[in-house]
Amino acid sequence: MTSSDPGNATLLKPRSSPAQPLGGTAAADNVKMRVSGLDFYYGPKQSLFDISLHVHTNRITALIGPSGCGKSTFLRTLNRMYETVPHARAEGEILFDNEDLLTMDPVALRRRVGMVFQRPNPFPKSIFDNVAYGLRVNGTHRWSALQEKVEKSLRRAVLWDEVKDQLHKSAYALSGGQQQRLCIARALAVDPEVLLLDEPCSSLDPIATAKIEELLYSLQGQCTLIIVTHNMQQAARVADFTGFFLLGKLIEFNKTEIIFKTPAKKETEDYITGRFG
Amino acid sequence: MSWHKTWRKFVNYFMFSLTGLCALVTVGALFFILGYLLWHGGSSLSWAFLTHLPTPVGEPGGGMANAIVGSAKLLLLASLLGIPIGFMGGVYLAEFGGQAFSSVVRYTADLLNGVPSIVMGIFAYTVVVLPMKHFSTFAGGLALGVMMIPIAVRSTEEALRTVPVMLREGALALGASKWKTIATVVVPAARKGIITGIVLDVARVAGETAPLLFTAFSNRFWSPGWNQPTASLPVMVYTYAISPYDDWHRQAWAAGLVLLTLVLVANVAAKLSVSGRSAS
Repeated sequence: MTSSDPGNATLLKPRSSPAQPLGGTAAADNVKMRVSGLDFYYGPKQSLFDISLHVHTNRITALIGPSGCGKSTFLRTLNRMYETVPHARAEGEILFDNEDLLTMDPVALRRRVGMVFQRPNPFPKSIFDNVAYGLRVNGTHRWSALQEKVEKSLRRAVLWDEVKDQLHKSAYALSGGQQQRLCIARALAVDPEVLLLDEPCSSLDPIATAKIEELLYSLQGQCTLIIVTHNMQQAARVADFTGFFLLGKLIEFNKTEIIFKTPAKKETEDYITGRFG
Repeated sequence: MSWHKTWRKFVNYFMFSLTGLCALVTVGALFFILGYLLWHGGSSLSWAFLTHLPTPVGEPGGGMANAIVGSAKLLLLASLLGIPIGFMGGVYLAEFGGQAFSSVVRYTADLLNGVPSIVMGIFAYTVVVLPMKHFSTFAGGLALGVMMIPIAVRSTEEALRTVPVMLREGALALGASKWKTIATVVVPAARKGIITGIVLDVARVAGETAPLLFTAFSNRFWSPGWNQPTASLPVMVYTYAISPYDDWHRQAWAAGLVLLTLVLVANVAAKLSVSGRSAS
């Protein structure tokens, strides 16, 4: 599909124009997050190199790549979660609805950009209190409003029918897949504009994974989703756009169909066809 | 060849017995003390003992109601001082502290914990009793409260450190500020360990005698106020035990029994109250 030039040469060659994001074909007003020239460091060690891409509004963007390629690190810059790690810093520019994301108040940012983690992390509270947590933190305390919002969020996360009679039971009584959907409901309850998902299915069995994928698909058009995944079939199934990371660099970013059918770079093709990674 | 095997079996058996014996001694010590207290003090224990004031030597009956109330007042004061400071200090160490300063605080807390209790008494004597020119419940509460701080700090810190990072991240990712994350997720998740540590802390100072000898002093009657000397169970045990009267000796045993029972009940109650609803 591509020319057979040696992979390493393209890998080490700096891209011609760092400000030119990959895959920037859509109209400018459809862009939720505009990342340009992002470098990331853990202390002296650089983990991301000159990342530029556009995240499209209300679409699903998947980030794929082998372990340690920096895709999770990239995700954690988008809600500034990396700041909990001492000596971690990001340089470059991320525009979030034309606001500078890297200098915003992180607490205000995280109310607009939700996150679901690799392993389900419900709080040791009841199912209801888990979903209501973000609402309460944001100042909603009226019982009827909480109730309405909790039900709506659990429905959106396709969990309502399974838990509607046990809302006041501990979240720890749920199965792993249910816990992960609870975490998605908890994140959706505050109506985030963007939802980041960091390998949300990596600790789940295939049936639970299928349910989460269905759920993500159903959220399409309502919320901008960015999902990091090891599972290429998953990316191909759910994502509109896909980015391929390798060794801290964004090798290729485009519509999912193009990435999987006619990738422009040899590394992408090698990874997708399973030749490494 | 079988000599080796016999020897190996012998060593194995011997070590098994030795470690088992040590474990038994640990458990046995508590029951031995409890039994001994019951044996000697049980006969003097009555409703009157719990509700009446001490009587003069030779006069039968009498109790230690003032000492029980006095101990309760001292522990209340000590808790009001020691628990908030210790808890907040522990939160600081676990959640906010920088490397260097935290290790200094941690080391200082360990040193403070190692200060002999009689020295705590001298400290409270110098700070409170000397300027006020009389013994007081306050002074005793201060001595016990300062003793509580280091254990509360360390046990709170340990308990908070067991809370997984992913729970903190979950709360932060929902737009909770750091202090809100700590107050609504981290501390509740560590509640069991924090409460257990604090109850053990209170139980430990409940039996302290030395810091009270020249701070709260003692009192044969009801203490007229927080600013006045008060009787307390440990000091009562001490005074009665070194007296030459058989009747007082029996009362000292009974007072020891009351003290130990209160501490055990507090311990068990704290354990039950937190284990019952650990994840709800």
